[in-house]
Formats: sequence, C-alpha cells, structure tokens
Amino acid sequence: MSTFYVIAFLSIVFSLLVIFAKNPVHSVLYLILTFFTFTIHYILLNAQFLAVVNFIVYMGAIMVLFLFVMMLLNLNKDTEPGKHNLAKLAGVIAGGCLLVVIAGSLKALGKSEPVVLQNPDLGLVKNLGKVLFGEFLLPFEVSSVLLLSAMVGAVLLAKKEPRTV
Amino acid sequence: MENITHTIQAVPLNHYILLSTIIFAIGVTGVLIRRNAIVIFMSVELMLNAVNLLLTAFSAYKGDASGQVFVFFIMALAAAEVAVGLAIIVMIYRNTHSTDINVLNRLKW
Repeated sequence: MSTFYVIAFLSIVFSLLVIFAKNPVHSVLYLILTFFTFTIHYILLNAQFLAVVNFIVYMGAIMVLFLFVMMLLNLNKDTEPGKHNLAKLAGVIAGGCLLVVIAGSLKALGKSEPVVLQNPDLGLVKNLGKVLFGEFLLPFEVSSVLLLSAMVGAVLLAKKEPRTV
Repeated sequence: MENITHTIQAVPLNHYILLSTIIFAIGVTGVLIRRNAIVIFMSVELMLNAVNLLLTAFSAYKGDASGQVFVFFIMALAAAEVAVGLAIIVMIYRNTHSTDINVLNRLKW
C-alpha cells in the first residue's frame, strides 16, 4: 500500500520539475523519470502489457524523438525569454483552480472502495490480445491508418521546401 | 506477482483519481506558463499520461479489459501526435529561428 504513495509522490515531484525546469533538456530528462514512475504504477495495477508498452513507446520512442528534435534545434542553451511574472502567476492560479474544482467534486463522491483486482490476469497480453483482436479489431486497423498518415504528414512537414515553387 | 497484486488492494479508487487530477493540473499549468513550444508539448504528454493511468485504474477496478485496450489506442494516438507536432515545431524553427510561441502571434486574430 505504501508503495503506491511513494511512487505517486515521486510522479508529482518529477512532473512539477518538468514544467519548472529552466533548461528544456532537463525537462525531457525529468519527463522520462515521470514516465518511469507511471510504468511502476501500471505494474502495481498488474497491467503488465501496458507497463511494457509504456516503457517502449513513451520512454523509448517518444523521448528519443523529443531529444533528437531538441538536438536538431540546438536548444540546450537557455534561450527562452520567459513570460511575465503576472502571466505565470495567472497560469498557476488557473491550474490550481482546476485542481481544486475536480478535487472538490471528488469530495462529494464520498468514501470509495479500494481497488481490488477481481481478475488478476486482466492486464496480461493473452487476455488483452483476445479483446483487442476480437471486439476492437476495426479500431485497431483504423489506428494503423492513423499511424501511416501521421508518418506521411511528419515527413511532408519536416522536408525542406523546394526553392522553385 | 502475487504479492504485487496484494499491495495494491488497500489503495482507494479516490486516491487514483486525485493523483491523476494533480498530474493533469500540472500539465495544464505547464501549458499556461511556458513559452517554449517543446515544453508545452511535454505538458500535453503529461496530461495524456494522467488520463491513461486513470483509465487503467478504472479498468482494474471494474475488471473490464476494454479500458486497457483504450489506453493502448491513446498511446498509438500520442505517438502519431508527437511525430506530427514535432515536425511542425521543426518547420516553425526553420522559418523563425525560435520555438517561442509568441512569434506566432499573427495567428491570434
């Protein structure tokens, strides 16, 4: 039980560091740590497939993409001018208001039941594969089209425009 | 695996909702206070992950595998979104030599 609270505390600390770090490269590194804590959360929920996919897709692919773009843009020096302090304060207050509203509405729900895994092998690859390729076969195929179009779009956007138009 | 699933049994569902809410609010704050487009993107990723964690917790709570399949789709969508978004950022940088979103203020009106 206390494992969850330790990991939850770490997630919150690292995600705060992501948005308050001055250097964008540090932000990416803290984001990797945040995703790692999320992977541990998935393992605690016994969602092993999601833990592995989170590890590979987020910490592997997406973070490498972020770091590569940052390297290409040469942003590792601190070039961000920073917003006015008033605008920053307003942003923090707005985010805090959102937090307070949702947490307050959560209070109205009353005491909740603890999370009990009724079916311990729910998140295993075997079980999820059956659902994914049975009930959700069409969305699965459509997501392949989405990934293809995203790839084409990314290549098209990042390609250098020809001089003679 | 037995003791891992045993550890989680005492955590109330409300605490998962609270954790996801906090992470989501941090993501929203990050979008509001930063001006670097890449950091804004990372904040969006934080928000997506908060929702993913909550969906997984609900799925484990109800014993329904559909929630975890949905998280899988969100991850595929996030990968596509990051690829296109970073390509757009690279294009903006090539045109303006900056990733500051304030140089894009001509899009405002």
